[in-house]
Parts: sequence; structure tokens; C-alpha cells
Amino acid sequence: MATAVLESGERETYLNREYGIKSWLLTVDHKRIALLYLMGITFFFFIGGFFALLIRLELLTPAGDLVQADTYNKLFTMHGQVMVFFFLIPAVPAVLGNFLIPIMIGAKDLAFPRINLLSWYLYIIGGMLMVYTILAGGVDTGWTFYTPLSTEFLKTNVTTAALAVFVSGFSSILTGLNFIVTIHRMRAPGMTWNRLPLFVWAHYATSIIQVLGTPVVAIAIVLVALERLFHLGIFNPTLGGDPLLFQHLFWFYSHPAVYIMILPGMGIVSEIVCCFSRKRVFGYKAMALALLGIAVVGFLVWAHHMFVAGISLYAALIFSFLSYFVAVPSAIKVFNWTSTMYKGSITYQTPMLYAFGFVGLFTIGGLTGLFLACLGVDVHVTDTYFVVAHFHYIMVGGMVMAYLGGMHFWWPKISGRLYPEGWGRLAALLVFVGFNLTFFPQFILGYMGMPRRYWDYSHSPEFQILNVLSTAGATILAVGYLLPMIYFLWSMRYGKPAPDNPWNAAGLEWTIPSPPTTFNFEEQPVVTWEAYNYDELDQRREEVPVAH
Amino acid sequence: MHTSPPATVEGEAHENPALLHHFATEEQQKNAASLGMWIFLITEIMFFGGMFCAYLVYRYSYFGDFAAASSSLDLKLGTINTIVLIGSSLTVAMAVRCAQVGKQKAIAVYLLLTIILGVAFLGIKAIEYKQKFDEHHVPGLANFHLEGHVPRHADVPVNQNHAQIYFSLYFAMTGMHALHMIIGIALLGFMIIRARAGAYTTGHVTYVENFGLYWHFVDIIWIYLFPLLYLISRH
Repeated sequence: MATAVLESGERETYLNREYGIKSWLLTVDHKRIALLYLMGITFFFFIGGFFALLIRLELLTPAGDLVQADTYNKLFTMHGQVMVFFFLIPAVPAVLGNFLIPIMIGAKDLAFPRINLLSWYLYIIGGMLMVYTILAGGVDTGWTFYTPLSTEFLKTNVTTAALAVFVSGFSSILTGLNFIVTIHRMRAPGMTWNRLPLFVWAHYATSIIQVLGTPVVAIAIVLVALERLFHLGIFNPTLGGDPLLFQHLFWFYSHPAVYIMILPGMGIVSEIVCCFSRKRVFGYKAMALALLGIAVVGFLVWAHHMFVAGISLYAALIFSFLSYFVAVPSAIKVFNWTSTMYKGSITYQTPMLYAFGFVGLFTIGGLTGLFLACLGVDVHVTDTYFVVAHFHYIMVGGMVMAYLGGMHFWWPKISGRLYPEGWGRLAALLVFVGFNLTFFPQFILGYMGMPRRYWDYSHSPEFQILNVLSTAGATILAVGYLLPMIYFLWSMRYGKPAPDNPWNAAGLEWTIPSPPTTFNFEEQPVVTWEAYNYDELDQRREEVPVAH
Repeated sequence: MHTSPPATVEGEAHENPALLHHFATEEQQKNAASLGMWIFLITEIMFFGGMFCAYLVYRYSYFGDFAAASSSLDLKLGTINTIVLIGSSLTVAMAVRCAQVGKQKAIAVYLLLTIILGVAFLGIKAIEYKQKFDEHHVPGLANFHLEGHVPRHADVPVNQNHAQIYFSLYFAMTGMHALHMIIGIALLGFMIIRARAGAYTTGHVTYVENFGLYWHFVDIIWIYLFPLLYLISRH
């Protein structure tokens, strides 16, 4: 089928088909919506990062000298809320998932394109409420909104922050709903469940969590807002209400939310590892089931956030056991990525460097999670920097690494341009070094007993050296994050035009032009091959040399 | 590579104006929409589930006070409202049926009846809320007071704090339910306009069907709320 050619002589793509602000703000094209999300997410990533840098600057010296204690409380609260709700949770699904899932399964769009646009608007409305909260003086509940602190005592902008999280939660629910229906109903002929790329499986598992978990935190946060506005007394201990009930409702979502962040990252890493090892993924079915396993078991571990909050010993024992149990599917994933690399023809392009980083750092983050699942050790390290280091290894070392790896891997497809490989590798290296320098000292700090959320540690100045290391690392990390943003923007104008399949990778997204046309496929694709058929691909390339 | 004649897929898509461009067949479109609706209802169950969970925890802890507070509700109005709401489920079901068999005018009539019943429900609910304000049964207000004693324990007065928790849950749960009704009524108004314009011809009734699912869901929530809130230890 003849590709449409524009008057300028360029090939028509989803990017140049229409111009103007309206063609973007009213678009129902999943690829354009993905780019809209990319802008929002990048904005909030740097807002959240800015707060993180201020936190690190304050901790450079033991005395609380850069900001006031109240300001510090606001900084870590807004860092957490912005990063969790406006970057980590939407980032991979709403940007890469939105862009790739329809293409990977051979569909023209998501099942509900207009709901997809609605999700973006909800995300932006929630984001604006968050920005308003910040500008109006901030909020200092901690990202967890714990009652009765949030309902009874604080005079800051808790209600608007709660509303921001509530509204963006609906964006997340609708994205998950859209993905589930799309993956069930829109697959191309021949694209059976056992042929789905693991990226799609990962988003399927993620969507289940979004759909089942998010409404629960939504109602918990609505109840907090109602307590503030109308003095209802559902969590109010002076009436006999139970603050632990809020914590249960909150963590019922917010623990699985960690898997909303990490599962899509796992999907990305599976794609990258296979491509740059030139091998089919080791244990495809185990990998797919492990994703679902993490999603299911991940729903049953939430109270490990509450071991010292006063839950019963028997409950703690069961949640401890279940928390250990979630390590099993996680370990399956790590072992299978390693086995995929074993005897593969590995090359070290930028996406693969991020994938290496992910596997290593996720393993450290996961194993230290087991320390915290262990009741005895948890009592010692609860609310210390050990916990902070642990979840940053998962969220930043895991999820952000995977996100950046995915952005590099699919950037040629998204933009139609190649990014500069040398700069890419340098940035990957900076991110890895900077990350470890920032967060590894925090494991030691936490084990030594430095509490989290403290603004002043002048009672124990021996913590300073490790805090200085951590702040130095954060500076390197900031450079590592700025670089890709700069060269991605640069490449949109000056980058070399990307071929359809620059990595010679498997998957339907690499069979269509870069960047794709609005409806993705000229003709309905019919899938006759298994996922990650790299043996076949490489054999074909040897037989018929293709000019690249 | 790109040589075949243009727009075969597009051409097929435009034969039926009801079929959106990105679906291959009408059946696929219909299946997608109803699966989406069912998943949405699951999210709604989880949403209300948080409040039901809170209700169960406190009812277990403060049973006597909950029973006393429950018996202060107007059972007659609650029962009438339950009947009104079940009636509205019937009219919605009739509207769906009419859409399926293509009775254009009847759809709008049944949808209108549903609106009337829905508004009647909200009106009665408003009267009940008014009563609670008059009787000083609104939590968080300084004048909150619930007279009486724990049922079958004439010597145990009602714990005012626990009664406030009951009424907090009462207002949160019935309020959230009423909000869903209001959204439903707004959708009904929109659908009546569309039905009068002849939008729901045979083969394109998914919208009405899915709305029916939503309305039944809101109805079912009430079917649980009514006994849990009104009928604690009534004799």
C-alpha cells in the first residue's frame, strides 16, 4: 500500500500528519498521547528531583542549617508525592506502554482512544492541583498521608494534595482498564497469549494492580479529605476510630503500587536483554507467569509496612512469610534474565547498559527487601535510611533505569531519529555510578541507626561522611539525568534518521516505519512466529544481506 | 514494499458509521466495550469495598452503639427508597430491552421513568439527611447527640463517640452512593437526547446496555447498604 507522501516530499507519519496545538490537545492517537504524557512526566521528574537535591543539600551538614525543619518536612513530602504519583506510577505505562502496546499486539490503537485522552487530562488536572499545592505553601504529611497527623493536626494544604492524588489515581485506573481491554480484545490474528512480548505481559499484570488497588487508596484519601473538610470521624482516635485502618487501606494499594512501578520496567528489560543477547528469552512461560505471580502475591504483603505500628504478632508472622514468598517470582525473573544472557552474543549499546544496571540494582533492592520482611531485623531498621536505600534501589535503581533503557531502546521508533550512542553510554555510566554513590551509603547509615525524615543529625556527626558521599552521588546522578534530556531534544533536529529496525530487534513495532504512521499498520499483520525469534532473525540476515 | 492499493482497511471501516476506525468488526467493538464496563464495575467494587471494610471493622468493635445509632434511622423512608430504586432497575432493564429490539420511542420513555425514580430516591434521601440534621445526628458538629441506650442493655448509654463513627460511615457511604446516582442521572439525560435523535438503533445498543450495568451496580450497592445501615438488630 502506497504510503502517503506530504507536499514537502516527506513520508507522512503520526508526527507530521497534522500540526498545531489543537491537533495535539484533541488527539486520540495513542502515540501522540504518549508524547503528551512524556512532557508531563519529564516536568514532574525534574520538580521531584529538585526537591531531592534540596534534601541532599540540607543533609550535607549535621546541623539543620539550610532550611527550617517545617520546610524540610515539606520537601521530603512533596518529593515523595510528586515522584510516586506523578512520575513513577504513570511513567512507563503511560509513555512507553501507551506508545507500544497497540503496536506490539498489531492493533491500530488502544480499545478506548478517547478514554486514553481523558486519562491524560485527569493526569494533568491532578498535576496542576499538585503544582497548586506546592505553590500555595506545600504539604508536610509525608507521602503516606498518615492519620491522625493528616486529618487532625496539620494546617498545610493536605486537602488539595489529597485531591491531586485522587484525580491522578483515576487517570491510572483508566489507563489500566484500557490496557486490559486492549490486550484481551485487540490482538492481531495469530498473536496468541503465548506469543505476546513480555512487555505486554508486564503491562497486563500492572494493569490488574492499577484496576484493583487504586480505587482503595482513592477512597482512603477521600475519607481523609472528608475528615478535614466535614470533621467526619472514621480514623479519628479520639472518637475510637482506628488510624491503623487507614494504614491498611493505604498500603493495600501503596505496596502493590511498587509493583506498578517495577513490573513495566521488568517488561522493558526483557525486551532489551533478548535483543542485545540475540537470544529468545530463557523460560518464556515462567517469565510471563512470574509477572502475574508478583501482581497476585504483591497484593497480600502490604502489612509489612506496619510491623512496628501495632498489628498483631500473628498477622505480622503471616505478612512476613508472604513477603518472603513474593521473592520467588522476582528471583525467577532475575535468574531468567541472567540465563538469557548466558552464551548470548552480547553487545553493549546504551539500552543494554541500563538493563545490566537494572538487573544488578533490582537484585540488591530485592534482597534488602528480605531483610525488611524479616520481623526481627525490621524492628532494628524500621524508619531508618536502610528503608530509604532499599526502596530507592527498587524505584530509582530499578524503575528509572528501566525507563531510561526503554526510552533509548525505542527512541528511534518514537522520534524517527537516532540518539548519539557515545553520549548515551556516558550518561548510562554516570547514572549507574551516581546512583550507587547516592544510595549505597544510605544502607550503611540506616544500619548504623540514622532515622529517615530527620533534618538535623548533629547528635551523631559521625554520619556526616556518608551523607557527603550521598550528596556527591546525587549531583552526579542529576547530570546523568539531564544529559539524556538534552541529547534526546538535540536528536529530534540533528540526529541521524533512524531505520525501521536499528537494533535488528524482534517484535511487530520494528516491522513498521520509524516513526510510525497514524494507524500503525498499513495492513492487518498476521503473526506466525513466537516472541523473540532472534535465531530466525539472525539466520535470515545471514542468508539475505540487507543494506542498512 | 508499499505497493498494494490504498485504504482497503479504512474503506471497510467506513461502511458502518457505528464502527470506530480502530476496530475490525462490530463484534470486537461490542466485546471491548462490555469488557471495559465490567472492569470499571470491578474498580467500583474496590472503591466501595474500602468503606465496607471500615464499616465491618467498627461494627464488630462497637456493635451496641452501631445498633442504637442504626435504629435512629427512618426505616419507613429507607424501605420506600429501596423499592423506588429496585423499580428504577426494572425501568432501565426495559430500556435496554427496547434498545435491543429497536423500539426507539419506548427507550426514551423508560429512560425518563428511570430519571424520575432516581430523582425521587434522591429527594427521599434528602429528607432523611434533613432529619439527621434536625435531630443533631451529624458527626463533627458541636451539637451532636444521640439519645438512648444500647439495645437490650437499658443500663448502657450510647457512646457518643462511637455513634459519631457510625454516622460518619452512614454519610460517607450513602453520600458516595448518592453521588453515583447523580452521575447516573446526568448520563440518563444525555442518553434521552441521543435516543430521541435515534442513536440506539439495532446493532448499536452497547451504550444503553453498559449504562444498564452501571445503574444495576449502583442499585446493588444500595441493596447492601440498606440492611447494613438500617437493619442492625431491629426487632
